Amino acid sequence: MPTTPRTKGTAAIVGPGNIGTDLMFKLMRRSDVLDPRWMIGVDPASDGLRRAKSLGLEASAEGVDWLLAQDELPDIVFECTSAKAHAANAPRYAEAGILAVDLTPAAVGPYLCPPVNLDFNLDAMNVNMITCGGQATTPMVKAVSSVVPVPYAEIVASISSKSAGPGTRANIDEFTETTSEALQVVGGAERGKAIIILNPVEPPLMMRNSVFCAIPAEAAEPGPLQDAILASIHAMVAEVQDYVPGYHLRADPQFDPARETWKGMARVFVPIEVKGRGDYLPDYAGNLDIITAAAARVGDIMVAHRLGVASTWKSSAQLGDVPDPLVDAGVDAQKAGV
Amino acid sequence: MGDMTIRPEDVPVVVEELTETDVLANTPKAGGERDLRITDSTLRDGSHAMSHQFTEEQVRGVVHALDSAGVQVIEVSHGDGLGGSSFNYGFSKVEEMKLISAAVQEATQAKIAILMLPGLGTLHDLKNAHAAGASVARIATHCTEADVSIQHFGAARALGMETVGFLMLSHKASPEKLAEQARIMVDAGAQCVYVVDSAGALVLSDAQERIISVINEIGGEAQVGFHGHQNLSLGIANSVLAYQAGALQIDGALCALGAGAGNSPTEVLAATFARMGIRTGVDLGEVLSAAEDVVRPFIPRLPWMDRASITQGYAGVYSSFLLHAERAAARYDVPAHEILTKVGEYGYVGGQEDMIIDIALQLAEEKSHLIELGDLAGMGVR
Repeated sequence: MPTTPRTKGTAAIVGPGNIGTDLMFKLMRRSDVLDPRWMIGVDPASDGLRRAKSLGLEASAEGVDWLLAQDELPDIVFECTSAKAHAANAPRYAEAGILAVDLTPAAVGPYLCPPVNLDFNLDAMNVNMITCGGQATTPMVKAVSSVVPVPYAEIVASISSKSAGPGTRANIDEFTETTSEALQVVGGAERGKAIIILNPVEPPLMMRNSVFCAIPAEAAEPGPLQDAILASIHAMVAEVQDYVPGYHLRADPQFDPARETWKGMARVFVPIEVKGRGDYLPDYAGNLDIITAAAARVGDIMVAHRLGVASTWKSSAQLGDVPDPLVDAGVDAQKAGV
Repeated sequence: MGDMTIRPEDVPVVVEELTETDVLANTPKAGGERDLRITDSTLRDGSHAMSHQFTEEQVRGVVHALDSAGVQVIEVSHGDGLGGSSFNYGFSKVEEMKLISAAVQEATQAKIAILMLPGLGTLHDLKNAHAAGASVARIATHCTEADVSIQHFGAARALGMETVGFLMLSHKASPEKLAEQARIMVDAGAQCVYVVDSAGALVLSDAQERIISVINEIGGEAQVGFHGHQNLSLGIANSVLAYQAGALQIDGALCALGAGAGNSPTEVLAATFARMGIRTGVDLGEVLSAAEDVVRPFIPRLPWMDRASITQGYAGVYSSFLLHAERAAARYDVPAHEILTKVGEYGYVGGQEDMIIDIALQLAEEKSHLIELGDLAGMGVR
């Protein structure tokens, strides 16, 4: 007897912290393709598990062992734990034929930034979401490097101290090294350098990202080449805004001619601000918003691709900026870790 | 008040003019017993004032002079620490590992220290510096973010390096908060924690209270140090107060060569402590000569308390923002001190040099609005 083709895929979120919770809200609000069914943790007292359960998900504190022992397995799992945990879990997901979207720095699968290289990785079984800074900056480097060669790209990501969880703090080198590599692999720069700054000022600052790309001297002068770079940057900003509404240029890109003290390089400086959408986390946590939004977007498109249906992602424009009753704006993102 | 007029008969009578030989005969020599340890940061904090353009020859000259003068620790790194060479902070003219190696070769008794800021430099950089011969790891975080350094203290100790924690912009944290953060560093493996007055904003008792609070927390297990800046001209006075409160490591830089209005001048620290009978193990004649004959000739501009750097001290702005603010001021035709005032208002921390461009753009936009409106008064025209 022929079965009706499925139009929806099931999702499990592993790691019920702030990242996992924000991701759950994003999937519920923005994707018709993905049905978040399971929330998996290891601590029975976890607020995240309780919250997921109250919203109708099946919540278990018995870890990935429990998830993989179920009769029905998810189509996709979002890993919001730690690099170490994902390194252990990844082969098990693969064996069970479950697509894994990795929000940890484990980088088992290829680095992925939706507007840059999702199309080339639609059939991958495991993809990595780089870092928050990587999600914010690799699109800009790619926008420039698709017009002119970029021998060197450098980014400075400033995030509020409150939005940097213990995971980030304990392994801050993972951020700089992973992001640097992604500037090359995803952004298309020959060399990459990433810097992260935590700022404790109150009220908390929005996430800021400064992107510096070395460019050919002629591109630093007004003219068609510079216009092409600007057009490419603006087009890419629009693509990112499709899933991260708070992503915007803080000012026009600034072009500077070559200087001797810059090792003879000319540059373009692109200042980005990311205001969080507030799906669950407060708006200063744009760094968390951008990675959960990217992960949700990737999951939606990849599962739609596998089911042979169209992605039904609701862009911010479609949703409008109406606050959702689910939003708990007072939450402290301190415990989150990206 | 009585009559304060100075009369000719009040002029002191100089019996005999002192010769340089007499002075030197009465000043302390290098080595011997010490009451505190001076770390010289000319080749690290001074890198800011040199726009990171130190040459190998300059590094060798400074290390040789400091080493001969008996300075025990000499810090060599990009101004923003290992890996600081960048668009954001300025590129090093000479690769820093090369400068560190040269310093190690030149030193006979002094240890070579490096600075690193987690989030900017990585363990990879630390290992390279250790391989180049650096033996003191100074690991710096913003004064409330000590927990990002835990991994790095562990690694530095595992490499066998001496460890020093650097709590930057210490004026932004209360004495209690600073003590709590120092505790995190000591538990992670720091053997000394510095109260770092990156903005030159601590005024006397502000500095001393912080030193006392940190000593009360970690004094049983680790030393406490003080790193001063001259933006409000208090580097030396704060250092003396820090010593009197129990600090055992004090930073200086020859000719004050450092960010903002510069650091506490090493030669003035040596002279002041000598006058107080506090033993630093530094030969005064030699260190004066190091400043005057070795460093002074190559400095493009002596650090000075001008409007911009005083603004930094007053507004509590990270000292190394100075030259960046001046460059942005020139590029966007807005005043440097206004940029720095805004940096203070917004609470930007060490490493956020990129925000200077942001503020300069804002100020330039405000100015162009005023021009459009013909608001000359708003533009400051009276």
